[in-house]
Amino acid sequence: MQKTSTTKDLSTPVNTAQLRRARRERVLTWVMPIILLIIAVGLWEYLVWYHEIPKYLIPAPSLIAETLVKDGPSLMASSWFTVKLTFFSLGLAIIGGVLLGALFALSRPVELSLFPFAVILQVTPVVAIAPLILIYVDSTFAALLICAWIVAFFPILSNTVMGLRSADHNLIDLFTMYRATRWQRLRYLLAPSALPYFMAALKVAGGLALIGAVVAEFVAGTAGQNTGLASRIIESSFRSEIPRMFAALVLVSFLGIIIFLLTSWASSKVLGHWHESEVRREY
Amino acid sequence: MTSDLIIRLTHVSKKFGQAFLAVDDLSLNIKEGEFITFLGPSGCGKSTALKMIAGLLPVSAGSIEITPSSAVSEQDLGFVFQEPTLMPWATVFDNVYLPLRLVGLRRSEVEPRVTQILKEVGLTRFADSYPRELSGGMKMRVSIARALVTRPRILLMDEPFAALDEMTRSKLNDDVVRLANENKLTVIFVTHSVFESVYLSTRIMVMAARPGRVVADLPMQTPWPPKDEWRTTPEFMSEARKVSEVLKGTLDAKDIDH
Repeated sequence: MQKTSTTKDLSTPVNTAQLRRARRERVLTWVMPIILLIIAVGLWEYLVWYHEIPKYLIPAPSLIAETLVKDGPSLMASSWFTVKLTFFSLGLAIIGGVLLGALFALSRPVELSLFPFAVILQVTPVVAIAPLILIYVDSTFAALLICAWIVAFFPILSNTVMGLRSADHNLIDLFTMYRATRWQRLRYLLAPSALPYFMAALKVAGGLALIGAVVAEFVAGTAGQNTGLASRIIESSFRSEIPRMFAALVLVSFLGIIIFLLTSWASSKVLGHWHESEVRREY
Repeated sequence: MTSDLIIRLTHVSKKFGQAFLAVDDLSLNIKEGEFITFLGPSGCGKSTALKMIAGLLPVSAGSIEITPSSAVSEQDLGFVFQEPTLMPWATVFDNVYLPLRLVGLRRSEVEPRVTQILKEVGLTRFADSYPRELSGGMKMRVSIARALVTRPRILLMDEPFAALDEMTRSKLNDDVVRLANENKLTVIFVTHSVFESVYLSTRIMVMAARPGRVVADLPMQTPWPPKDEWRTTPEFMSEARKVSEVLKGTLDAKDIDH
């Protein structure tokens, strides 16, 4: 408590400058991108209208918005499907990646014997495996889940392994000196050291889970009874309902943005008070 | 000051790999209450010797005995590293609390003790700060507080102030002397600074490299604990000169790469 008062004393003269800089920062991160977006959408609307481009080629933003409202309920149902798929697979990727990562970090033989398989899983394009998975797994949802999981799982695994190994060697010595148990070592030293690595992986894996979900839906196509956003895109393209393709696309991007914001927020919550990557510097 | 034996090193050697002899045949008796410095150039094995005493490195030959303690303490040895070695994700309080947490003591039980030791190193106001908010000297104080929180009899310090500026360093030297005196500590202090060793020690072990060995065992005649003014007296200078001469002897001819 007292410490903040001392820093305040020092910074009073520069306070206004600091505030101004903070405001400028906010403007740059939020207002500028939004203005640019509005300009771009406006230009798009204008060009479509001016050149009288038919809606089956490029629909105007206003028409896409209209479609979003008109097909709202059915698109929402599809969105919900994709959201479930994405977050489910991300959750499983986190559980699997962290558990296996911890196992790898604790046991060298386990790592050496299993890591190649993890790599094979990662480097084989999911599009290529998806049809097989769809054949072998009865439930379409489960098959899609597996595909998305494969994509999201690897960054979490590799970063967890690296993070658990990145603890300061002197701190490890210190824990040895104080005869820390295996569990204490993991709880108080290795896990916190691994957190920055894990959070970085989470940001990547969040986006990858969505990509995995969409790709898997594409492969599954409209054959199944599944109604994710990606299959709506395919379905609309077969019927040449271009505005609805765009509408579904907008929703997919929106979902991606939400995931990005969520993971970034989580990262700053977890690391904000100590890790250099998230700490706000004072000038 | 009692003169009971507390640490005995008998023909201790440390080999890294096949060829590199980091410490060669080191024998040393340390009595309770002594303030010993290992003084020498880099590569003379002084840090290695310290780590072996701390049990962080196994000896290749010989033995190290530490007289068992009769007093109550969670850990007989305190170790201060070259860097502050704090956990960046934990507050100053939690960093100091760590050794007690590891022996299973609850926060509520030991809070007064942690608060007390923070007061002794002058960091009361910073209990809730994170290490990144502290200066280098303050981080080192946290590190010292952490080493002392278990009430050890022996404090091992591995070039703790090498990276600090001169003023901070002499302030911290005085603090270490005060803490060692108040807590009746036996201290082994590794340094490559002649002035630091002359100021702090009751006994200086001058070491040389390749192989790492002790070349001189110099008991200091000056009264301990030292006072700040002593740093500017002619006696201090002449002591420092004497130790420098011995140290220079270790850096002769064959060690031209220093």
